[in-house]
Amino acid sequence: MFAYSLYCERQNKRIDWWMIDMKEISRPVIKEDHSSKFDGSAVYVGDWPTDGMLFGYFVRSTRAHARIRSISAPNLREGYFTVDHRDVPGQNCVHIILDDMPVFAGDTVEYIGEPILMVVGPDECVVRRIAASEIAVEYDDLPAVLNINDSVEELCAYRFDKGDADSAFKHADMVFEERFETGPQEQAYLETQGIIAEFRDGRVTLHGSMQCPYYVHEAVARALNFEPERVRVVQDVTGGGFGGKEDYPSILACQVSVAAIKAGGKPVRVILSRREDMSVTTKRHPSISRYRVSVKDGRVTGMDIDVVFDGGAYTTLSPAVLQRGLIAASAVYDIPNLKVRGRVVRTNTPPNGAFRGFGAPQTIFAAEMIMSHIARSLWEEPTAFKLRHAVSQGDKTSTGGRFHFPVPISEMMRDVSVMSQYHKKRDLYENGCGRFRRGIGMSMWLHGVGFTGSGERDIIKARVCLHKYPDGRVEVLASNTDIGQGVKTAFRKIAANELLLPQDMIIIQAPDTDRVPDSGPTVASRSVAIVGELIRSASRRLREDWRDGADQVVEEQYAEPDFIIPFSLDKFSGDAYPAYSWGVCAVELQVDSLTGVSEVVGVWASFDVGTPIDINIVMGQMEGGILQGLGYAFMERIPPDGHGRILNDNFADYAIPTASDVPNIQVKIHEMESSVGPYGAKGAGELPLVGVPAAYIEAMEHALGGRRINHIPFGASDVLDALSKAPQMEVM
Amino acid sequence: MLIRFTLNGEDTVYEGSASDRLLDVLRNKYRLCGVKCGCGEGECGACCVILDGRLANSCLAAMGRVEGLDVVTIEGYRTTERFKVLDRAFASVAAVQCGYCTPGIVLASECLLAVNPHPTREEIRLGISGNLCRCTGYNAIVRAIEIAAWEGDGLW
Ligand code: FES
Ligand code: FES
Repeated sequence: MFAYSLYCERQNKRIDWWMIDMKEISRPVIKEDHSSKFDGSAVYVGDWPTDGMLFGYFVRSTRAHARIRSISAPNLREGYFTVDHRDVPGQNCVHIILDDMPVFAGDTVEYIGEPILMVVGPDECVVRRIAASEIAVEYDDLPAVLNINDSVEELCAYRFDKGDADSAFKHADMVFEERFETGPQEQAYLETQGIIAEFRDGRVTLHGSMQCPYYVHEAVARALNFEPERVRVVQDVTGGGFGGKEDYPSILACQVSVAAIKAGGKPVRVILSRREDMSVTTKRHPSISRYRVSVKDGRVTGMDIDVVFDGGAYTTLSPAVLQRGLIAASAVYDIPNLKVRGRVVRTNTPPNGAFRGFGAPQTIFAAEMIMSHIARSLWEEPTAFKLRHAVSQGDKTSTGGRFHFPVPISEMMRDVSVMSQYHKKRDLYENGCGRFRRGIGMSMWLHGVGFTGSGERDIIKARVCLHKYPDGRVEVLASNTDIGQGVKTAFRKIAANELLLPQDMIIIQAPDTDRVPDSGPTVASRSVAIVGELIRSASRRLREDWRDGADQVVEEQYAEPDFIIPFSLDKFSGDAYPAYSWGVCAVELQVDSLTGVSEVVGVWASFDVGTPIDINIVMGQMEGGILQGLGYAFMERIPPDGHGRILNDNFADYAIPTASDVPNIQVKIHEMESSVGPYGAKGAGELPLVGVPAAYIEAMEHALGGRRINHIPFGASDVLDALSKAPQMEVM
Repeated sequence: MLIRFTLNGEDTVYEGSASDRLLDVLRNKYRLCGVKCGCGEGECGACCVILDGRLANSCLAAMGRVEGLDVVTIEGYRTTERFKVLDRAFASVAAVQCGYCTPGIVLASECLLAVNPHPTREEIRLGISGNLCRCTGYNAIVRAIEIAAWEGDGLW
């Protein structure tokens, strides 16, 4: 185990990674997809030639909850037709976790923007005109639930205990209670959702922008009532996902493939406009968390946590999102007694789904904030208080599993303190006054690697395949998609390294379900740690059995590591994850107390993702994730309009960070080999976002003289609001 | 109507309406698909082209406006020496992730370096602030432009 700082090197103008002491596998290579993306020749779904293609456009619900009384469509001109729920050959539902979301609305609509029918035809402008003005839908309104607080309908619920929380509260010296709220967040991938489907010779072939070809495959096969062999799904170059292309492409794919069946062999294309995409696709779940915390002799002894997520109108991935959120609810802290309850409630708003972090950013924010607040009430410096409670190797997890590997939180925190001059600034900015006030805050967190619980073992059962051709080139066959995060490059490096071959002898293409086995979806920071390890072991076997000139195929299947304490979902007990990645982040900001506008002055972070498989790729994930976390903390909001409509469905009104909104983010990789993934790699994709909002808000509280903040996003008007009230309490 | 302009160095005559969007014409008629559409409303910069040496969002430009102008897209720019310098610089720090913002950012870099061959970090950040990138957090892009300015000394 060794750690080194990349932070200084990263600051230099000339960077020469080769001079830095690092493992061979971590040294950066030029990304596999660099050239074609850089010179604009990469083919995204919208770039395919459109000759002979039909275009689809949706007629969507304009009501949050209503019965459809009638739909009147004019006689459409030659070549144009509509598709609705009656055209779905199988069950009218999109299979995600449950089967509660219709492909096209049936009798009722459950949110504004729900697709009722699709108009299809050869001219995109005409199709849009017909959908927008020639088709009339009449509704009988039904009562709509638009607010998480008003909803009583549960989409799912879980609870679990650890130790004896009741007795911890009974014997406590002090009990703290707080409520935290987080808002929705839009993934805002730069390329909107898009799918092309074609029905020929009894088979439907789909390609488009997506994270999980096999999710799409299964959903389409069910909706069409086709045997799996009659569905083929190929990923196009994908312009970002961040979770947003985990669930939604299944929905769009079902709709487009139903249209394709009616299109007489012509391909049908649907690409959402930015406004459409922002107003109807899945977002991060808004949340309300209530934390009660018992303290005895200056130590937290128990937590009673109640979490509610707004699921929107249908289930999508909500149960899995909630599971991760609940398991992370005690954050990095060793809390002997826990009572955790959570539920996802249904509202008549667009369904929420996956977004980088998957439930954890909501609860980690709450846990970090209440720990800081308690620290300050006890007159203890927050980071010291937190560190005193942090887990270490061998400790029990919230679900009674174990932290099997070293926990580097304290070293990482020391590094971030030095980089950011945290303690000095903490003193310096204390009780700031005047128009411009500064603050600095720090947070720490963890993120479980791979699917929650026994998912990898029981549901995914990942498989990969290596095909060696007689000329000595080896093709990696796996279903994981490169959505920009560099997984193709990482897989190629792993195979090349293990097979002792140059990179260009390894072939890796975008997944095609006709050719690649199901190695599971591209989610949960699992691609490198779980699938990469399968590629490594398959490569090793191939090397050992290498026969020159022969055509060879090697397969590998996931097996749960021996050290795992089997997870039971019923009891929420056991190892929810084989390993954890760790993060610490400090944010410094300056607030203009006159206008409320704040400016991020500095961001410093340290991450342990195990051995980086390509340092450049890992740094890109860390920096990009942090910025999304900052956006979540103070910029990105979707204000409720009272009718269930998303009004800010564009980049002018839903602002995401630009290059001039932030200074350079300074990241240090705390390298510590794990024993889960290939060469000691762990998960990296989601980690960097998860705890950033807490660091931002702690800095904000510091700048605002200790005023407590309980919600994100926290923007300029919130600042002014807070300043109009007196600070509640003491500050360290 | 006929609209005459230069497209990636070639004299071009477009027959169509003056109100057609440059973005659609470039993508659909001339098949220059390196010009991306991220929003269609002038907010993201994915559709950037260079119009007479200045960076412009092609989703906001009507064909009538390009009459007599010199239009450069990534497809035209990629044959230049400057492109190669930027290419190497971006590759060396992996400043391309999903790539959807990339062609626009490449042209924004060109326009920045053309007027300011040795920009400071803040100037770079300002120079690309009209181009959204959701993947990289901008660090790597800023660094790549710094490297390109250094390596391509004298080219701009
Ligand atoms: S597509 Fe032109 S600015 Fe976004
Ligand atoms: S690389 Fe994906 S948006 Fe910039």
